[in-house]
Amino acid sequence: MEAGIQNYYLEIADNAFILSHRLSENCSKGPYLEEDLACTNVALDLIGLAEAVYVELSKRSSGTLSSDDIAYRRDESDYLNCLLTEQPNGDFAQLMTRQFFMDAYYYYLFTDLTDSSDTFLSALSAKSLKEVTYHLKRSSEWMIRFGNGTEVSKEKAQQAVNSLWKYTNELFEVSDNSREMVESGVFANNQKIQSLWKQKVDEILFLSNLKKPENPVFISGGKAGRHGENMGFILTEIQFLPNRYPEAKW
Amino acid sequence: MSSEDQGQLWEVFIQSKPGQPHKHAGSIHAYDKEMALENARDVYTRRNEGINLWLLPSIEIISVSDSESPSYFEPANDKIYRHPTFYNLPEGVKQM
Repeated sequence: MEAGIQNYYLEIADNAFILSHRLSENCSKGPYLEEDLACTNVALDLIGLAEAVYVELSKRSSGTLSSDDIAYRRDESDYLNCLLTEQPNGDFAQLMTRQFFMDAYYYYLFTDLTDSSDTFLSALSAKSLKEVTYHLKRSSEWMIRFGNGTEVSKEKAQQAVNSLWKYTNELFEVSDNSREMVESGVFANNQKIQSLWKQKVDEILFLSNLKKPENPVFISGGKAGRHGENMGFILTEIQFLPNRYPEAKW
Repeated sequence: MSSEDQGQLWEVFIQSKPGQPHKHAGSIHAYDKEMALENARDVYTRRNEGINLWLLPSIEIISVSDSESPSYFEPANDKIYRHPTFYNLPEGVKQM
């Protein structure tokens, strides 16, 4: 399998895998039962998305790697998720703001990829789009509730937007060697996705009475395997079982 | 948000198939209508239970009180002739 496509698949899968793990950390810690379940449901949708891609990558490795090998037995620098997905849950506003940024990204990514000339990507996107449409509706409504709720909820949501904003640009970065794949209609057009994403975020932040940071500085690196300090802790937890019991089956 | 403040209580009714009545499934907490629908979806319909949902605030349900129950329902006990069991059904009618 060509490396460019493989990395593109891994980016999609690793984003979902790591974000799903972060959401799963919140299981049993939600503010109340219904929200706890809803958040865990999103985590389950995302792990399903990641698994579908890992299984496909396994098939294309001519049986040399299982999907679990790909998911659990890589070095930190081989994971290609964006820095945003590995950010800690923090308080509920931070968890939901991270989710809102990601949901909006997913929504436009999968809308665009539904027309990809790569049949796996178009099928995966068509299926995921239904889930993501619901996720985006939910997280958008939470942003609006935070901003129009109490002084405290608004302040916490604003803090979350301020602290996470610097990671949002990386979602749309395009490496030089993937331009051809965009032009030939295999990969999504990130420029287009970014402008749609900005419109959506502007709209929801407006309805939430929240502001984007002025003069933002952006950080990236995750897509190239350069992760922050959080990633080591995440992988230690994710990889504990396959490391301790390599033959474990369930 | 205090742990006691979980919003309003809502009753959840699920329609399993087109044309079927909505049936009571249980209740959930939520702060507004949108959240009520979403919470009901996430708690009750993720395993193919239904194709539609009705939600209504539990406080809007009116009910017969325990003390009134006898006067409402017991007079029906000795009036079995109100059941259509004294007719002979034509053969071929499987279900009435």
